[in-house]
Amino acid sequence: MIVAEQKPFEEIFEAVKDYDKILLLGCGTCVTVCMTGGEKEVGILSKQLRLAAKKENKNLEVLERTITRQCDEEFFDEDTAVKIKEVDAVLSVGCGVGIQHIAYLFPDVVVRSGVNTKFFGANMQQGIWSERCAGCGECVLDKYEGICPIARCSKGLMNGPCGGSSEGMCEVDPENIECGWQQIYDRMKRLNKLDKLLENQPPKDWSTHRDGGPRKIVREDMMFD
Amino acid sequence: MKEKEPKIIAFCCHYCAFTAADLAGTMRQQYPTNIHIVRLPCTGKVDVNMLLQAFVDEADGVMVAGCEVGSCHFLEGNIRAKKRVEFAKKKLEEAGINPDKLDMYHIAASEGPLFAKTAREFTDKIKSILEEEQKTAEA
Amino acid sequence: MARNDIKTDSRLEGVLKKGEFAFTGELGPPKGADRSRVEEKARYLKGSVDAANITDNQTAIVRMSSFAASAIAMDCGLEPVMQITTRDRNRLAIQSDVIGASAMGIRNMLCLSGDHQSFGNHQTAKNVHDIDSVQLVAMLKKMRDEGKFECGDEIKNFKKADLAPPKIFIGAAANPFAEPLDFRVIRLEKKINAGADFIQTQVIYDMERFRKWMDEVREKGLHEKVYILAGITPLKSARMAKYMKENVSGISFTDDIIKRMEQAEDQKTEGIQIALEQIEEMKKMEGVHGVHLMAIGAEKSVPSIAEKAGLLPRPEVGDVVTA
Repeated sequence: MIVAEQKPFEEIFEAVKDYDKILLLGCGTCVTVCMTGGEKEVGILSKQLRLAAKKENKNLEVLERTITRQCDEEFFDEDTAVKIKEVDAVLSVGCGVGIQHIAYLFPDVVVRSGVNTKFFGANMQQGIWSERCAGCGECVLDKYEGICPIARCSKGLMNGPCGGSSEGMCEVDPENIECGWQQIYDRMKRLNKLDKLLENQPPKDWSTHRDGGPRKIVREDMMFD
Repeated sequence: MKEKEPKIIAFCCHYCAFTAADLAGTMRQQYPTNIHIVRLPCTGKVDVNMLLQAFVDEADGVMVAGCEVGSCHFLEGNIRAKKRVEFAKKKLEEAGINPDKLDMYHIAASEGPLFAKTAREFTDKIKSILEEEQKTAEA
Repeated sequence: MARNDIKTDSRLEGVLKKGEFAFTGELGPPKGADRSRVEEKARYLKGSVDAANITDNQTAIVRMSSFAASAIAMDCGLEPVMQITTRDRNRLAIQSDVIGASAMGIRNMLCLSGDHQSFGNHQTAKNVHDIDSVQLVAMLKKMRDEGKFECGDEIKNFKKADLAPPKIFIGAAANPFAEPLDFRVIRLEKKINAGADFIQTQVIYDMERFRKWMDEVREKGLHEKVYILAGITPLKSARMAKYMKENVSGISFTDDIIKRMEQAEDQKTEGIQIALEQIEEMKKMEGVHGVHLMAIGAEKSVPSIAEKAGLLPRPEVGDVVTA
């Protein structure tokens, strides 16, 4: 899932406080799971905005709506579309994809971002989400038995580790970042496949990553006219 | 100038705090009349939206009163409530509202006098916060 | 290791090929755009070492490039070991630097991944790491031995020209003390397979563990496939030792080395004494072909250490056949 974090409240308030009427739009998928932009968070942020506006003697009406996903046109129902068109701005707490899709579907509407979108990650336990995939475009997970060095090694080493691994943690942030290579080593050892690591991996073809240009997939076999 | 009585919402759990509030009444223990008690099955029922809504609806102060830690009828309801109250205080502070206007207390069912005392003290606290805010506004 | 296949006219290579005990030092380039500072340091090292590593934005702090400082060092008569990290440059920039450096006579190049930029003064910079240190070793070998760029194109001036590959004595780093410990010899093997000619180890303060690592290295016959230079840095104080022990990963200390430093009357002298003892042992250790002295910020002290260690004068390599 895409993991995002709400922007600091002051930043959000600053971006919308001078409007008369905004729609705070949440998303029911990834940002709900990472407790950033779901229906509950929309409720909380909306109340914060109203309390702050009142304190500063500003008139700010905040409409609330949460749709299943912001990255798909079909979830913008009639009612939501009407609301979007009647406000001064849409404040979205969906991920960067959703925010942009609103701008795309409603070209005359001002859209404001309420979150900082961070990474693709897994929900390790309630309250902890960890980066897992870098979207490199050419998956090498089989070579490393299910642990990605591109996403989980601070230096993205394909033939790691470096000398900065200590007690299973990465020297870049020994409290929080686990050494991806220690994990690869442990797992390969456990599965009896350490000899696979002796093979030197050649330089990566980064052209399948964003380095090759913004990516698009077109499936003609799946398209209708 | 007559002092405006603050509007205070007290979310009380049925098994402990509400019972204590009832007992305070029976024992003729005085506590301020501007406190509106909302009875919940457990403080675990409160959520952050509910707490913030009280302030949006112009409450001056919000109390959450539950069982002593370890005595919650639903085992961990009051522990979850405590965490949510802390989170809500943070949200209030971000929005520029004094987080001391919201607080959580633990009061056993038999403690009528303690309920009354807590209610009086909380009301006093809210009053002085409001006074300070009034002064700052006038300055 | 085919001791007669000379790859370059590198002095360091010549010393090692002759079977002499090699001695390399380190020169940290300045932060200022000032060649005189490099010249000053080069003057201390010249004649006392076979070659000196020129660091590349060490600890991710911007300094004069190792390429420029290497060229200046050469002008002063000091043979450089140009360090290349993969942190700051992609494969285009690196290959471009390599042919440029080779054209200027720089022969020794050491391949490193590099310290993460979060340690340095430009923490908001983009992390490059287009390739890692192992891939860099392989890439340099391909350039030198096949005359080909990483993409497969031939290295030559124009279509009908002769191949003009760079001449490189390829180095890599090894760390016997980093985790996971069991993997360190395999990683050394990877670098050897990729084409490393010589290795410099991370600084050694735990001789016991280093000896064990060398046992494993010899067991696999790796000491016959690559030249190994043991990394030594004289401790300046017990405090320095304790700081490194707590804060730097990949360095291992024994309790008695710290005790020795604490109990010494003159800690600085004791530190040098310990280093001299280590150098003595390295001279006799099978599979260790030399010492790499990293006297960080203390280039001035290198000549006296070299002399006390009986490493002066440095051997002549005039009689080595050059490519």
